[in-house]
Amino acid sequence: MQIQALQELVHKTRDARRKQTLPKFPANERDTLIKKYHPDSRENAYRPIKFGPNAGELTVRELAALLEGDSPVPADLDLTPNYSVDVLVVGGGGAGSAAALHAHAHGAKVLLATKLRLGDSNTVMAQGGIQIAITDEDSPVQHFLDTLKGGHMKNDHRLLKTMVEEGPSIAKWLLDLGVLFDRDPDGNLHVKKGGGSSKPRLLTCSDYTGLEIMRVLKDEVLNKKIQLLEFSAAVELLSDGEGTCTGAVLQDLDNKRFVVVVAKAVILATGGIGRLHIQGFPTSNHYGATGDALPMAYRIGAKLLQIDTFQYHPTGAVYPEQLIGALVTEGIRSEGGHLVNAKGERFVNELDTRDVVSSSIIRECEEGRGVRTVTGRIGVWLDTPLLDLEHGPGTLEKHFPAMVRQFKRYGLDITKDPVLIYPTLHYQNGGVQIDVNGESGVRHLFVAGEASGGLHGRNRLMGNSLLDLMVFGKRAGTTAAERAKAMKHGKLTLEHLARFRAEARKHSGALAVRSPMLFPDYVRKE
Amino acid sequence: MELKGFDKNIAIDQEEVLRPKMVTVEIAGKKYEVPEGITVIKALWYSGQEVIRGAGCLGGFCGACATYYRTKDDPKVRTCLACSTAVEDGMSFTMVPPFPARKATYQLSELKDPKQDLFNLYPEAPLCRNCNACTEACPQGIDVRDGVWKAVFGDFKGVSEMFMDCVMCGLCVPVCIADIAPNLVALYASRAQGAFFSEKPVRLHERIDEIAQGKYQSEWDRILDMDEQQLKGVCAAIK
Repeated sequence: MQIQALQELVHKTRDARRKQTLPKFPANERDTLIKKYHPDSRENAYRPIKFGPNAGELTVRELAALLEGDSPVPADLDLTPNYSVDVLVVGGGGAGSAAALHAHAHGAKVLLATKLRLGDSNTVMAQGGIQIAITDEDSPVQHFLDTLKGGHMKNDHRLLKTMVEEGPSIAKWLLDLGVLFDRDPDGNLHVKKGGGSSKPRLLTCSDYTGLEIMRVLKDEVLNKKIQLLEFSAAVELLSDGEGTCTGAVLQDLDNKRFVVVVAKAVILATGGIGRLHIQGFPTSNHYGATGDALPMAYRIGAKLLQIDTFQYHPTGAVYPEQLIGALVTEGIRSEGGHLVNAKGERFVNELDTRDVVSSSIIRECEEGRGVRTVTGRIGVWLDTPLLDLEHGPGTLEKHFPAMVRQFKRYGLDITKDPVLIYPTLHYQNGGVQIDVNGESGVRHLFVAGEASGGLHGRNRLMGNSLLDLMVFGKRAGTTAAERAKAMKHGKLTLEHLARFRAEARKHSGALAVRSPMLFPDYVRKE
Repeated sequence: MELKGFDKNIAIDQEEVLRPKMVTVEIAGKKYEVPEGITVIKALWYSGQEVIRGAGCLGGFCGACATYYRTKDDPKVRTCLACSTAVEDGMSFTMVPPFPARKATYQLSELKDPKQDLFNLYPEAPLCRNCNACTEACPQGIDVRDGVWKAVFGDFKGVSEMFMDCVMCGLCVPVCIADIAPNLVALYASRAQGAFFSEKPVRLHERIDEIAQGKYQSEWDRILDMDEQQLKGVCAAIK
C-alpha cells in the first residue's frame, strides 16, 4: 500500500486521540518493557572484552573489536615532536571548542586537532535544546533528581551535581558570547519541557540550538586565534612510560603522515559512536562519530564505564529513504505530537524517557502494529500536523523550521502529513571514566563530552548533552591549563602501546582491526 | 575494514531490497550509474569515491557538503547540500572546494560600538551592488542580500532572525562581486545582537546568585545523605 493511504488513519483518529491522556509506565512495567524490547537487552549483540582495564565486561561486538584493535602507529615511530603545547584538545565539536576556549582563557598554549573541520560534530545537529534549571518552580536539585531517574539511578552523583549547578553560569557564558536563546516577552529565557523532565527547563534557539552554539563557539575559537589542525585525526596517545599521558600522535588525513604532539595535558573530546552502526542500526550521528577516544584511552590504561548502554533516539526518520536515521527532534513530542501505530492508536506517553519510548516503538513494530514502507522498513507515525492544530497554524513552521525544511526537500509537508519514525542510534551513554574535572584514570589525560562516561547513567535525558559538553569542556580546559602552568613536558614513549600489543597477542582475534576507526566505510568497492 | 555484525545494507541505502531504478549522473565531469533517489553524497560513495573534505554532519546542519549541480537540459547551475539532496537522471554535480573567504577576527569584549565597528571589520559590507546572486546561491532559502543590507543599516536583530537557519556553507561568498562574505557578516551581526543588544535575563542572574549564596545547600545535604533506596523512592515519586 502507498504511504499516503496508510497515513489517512492518522488523520481520521486525530480528534479522538486528542481527548486521551496516557499515563507513564510504572517502574516495574517500564523495566520489563526495556528488558524485552530495548536494543541494549539483546544478549547476542554483546560479548566480554578479552583484556585491558575492562577485561571480562560486556560491550557491543562492534566496540569490543575496536577496543582490542591495533593502533596504526608503528612501534618505532620517530617521536621527535612536531608541535609542543600546553594543552592538546582532540575534537572540534562543542566539548572540544569549549575546552580549547577555557584553556586559552587560562593562559595555556592550546592546539586543537580535529579529523574533520572545526565544528563538524553532533553538537551542530542538536535541535532539542540545553537543560538548565532557571525558573522559580525549578531548581538544580530537581534537575539532578530528574536526570538520576532518567539514568536509572546509575549516574555518578558528583558529576551530575557539578553539571546541574554550573548550568546557569554556562547559560550566561553563552549569552555573553552572543548566543541567541529564545526569550519570553519579559526578556527572561524561554523554557520548554523535555522528555523525562518534570519541569520545563530546555533553553532553545528555535530548533537550531546546537547549530547556534556551534557557530558561535567556532567563531570564537577563530577570534582567539587558537592553533588549529583540521583533517588531522588523533590515532594514538603518548605516555612517559609510567602511566602518565604526555602527548599524542595525529595523522594528517591529506598526506597520511604522522604528527607528534607533546603536551602537558591532552583533552579527548571526540564524541560518540553512532557511525559504528551498532546492531546494524541507522544513526543520527555525524560522519566522524566513530568513538575514537575509547580505544585510545583504553590502550593507555584508562577505565571505561557503562559501555554496555546506548541511547536509541525514539524518532529517527524511516521515510523518505534519503532521511533514514536522521533525527526528528524530541521537541515535536514535547509540544504534544502523538506516536501512533498502524491501527491509529497511541501506545506510550510520548514524554516518557527515551529508552521507554524507543522500547515501546520497537514493541509495536515487533508485535505487528508497525507501518511498513515500500523499501521494507518499518516504523510508527509521529503526528506532526497535530501541533498546528493544538497551538495554532504556523507552529511547526515557526518552532521547527529545520525539520520542516528537511522534509520539504523531498516533497513532504510535515505540517499536513505525519512522518514515519523508528529508533535510531543516537548516543553513547557511557564512556571513559572521569572525575569532576574531566580527568580520566590516566594522569593528565582528560575526556570531555560524549566520549566520557558516568554522568548520564544508563539513559541520557534530552538537553543534558549540550550542558555536559559546556560544563565538562570548561572544567577540563580550565584544569588542564592551570596544571600546565606548574609543570614541564614529560618524556614521549609508546611503552603503553608495546605493553598493549604484547597482551593482545595472547588473545586470538585481537589486533584484527585498525583502531580508532576514524570513518565508516561507505565507499562501494566492486 | 569489515566489522562483524556491521550490516552495510542497513547502514546505507538498501540497494538489494530496493532493486532501484538506476540513473545516470555526471560527477565532476564523469558519468556514473547510481540508484535513483539516493542523496548526492551517497552517490559519491556509490561511485567509489572517498569523501573526507565535504562530509560532516550528514544531516543538513554543518554546511560541509556545499555542492553545485545542474539538472538535465537546464542551463541553470544551482546549489545544494550534498547530504540533503536526492539525485535524478541527467543531473550533474561537483562539490565546492573550501573558498578562501576572509573572516575578520575581533574581540567581542573590546568592541565599543558594534554597529559602527562592522565597517572596520568588514569594510566591503556596504559595497553590495544588489545583484542578488548570494540569495540565489543560498541552499537554505535565506534572503541573504536583504540580510547584508540590514546589517549595514544596523538592524542586527533582523539579521540574527533571518540567519538563524544559516549553516555557514559559504555558497554565498564566491558569487559576490563585491567580495563580501555575507555569512560572516551575518554571524558578526548576530553575535553582536546577542552580546550587546539583547535584554539581560534577570531570572538567570538571580539563579546564579542563589547558587553562589548556597540557597540549595540544605536540599543537597538532604538528598545526598539518602541511601539508594530512599533516593529511588524520591525519584519514583517525580511526576
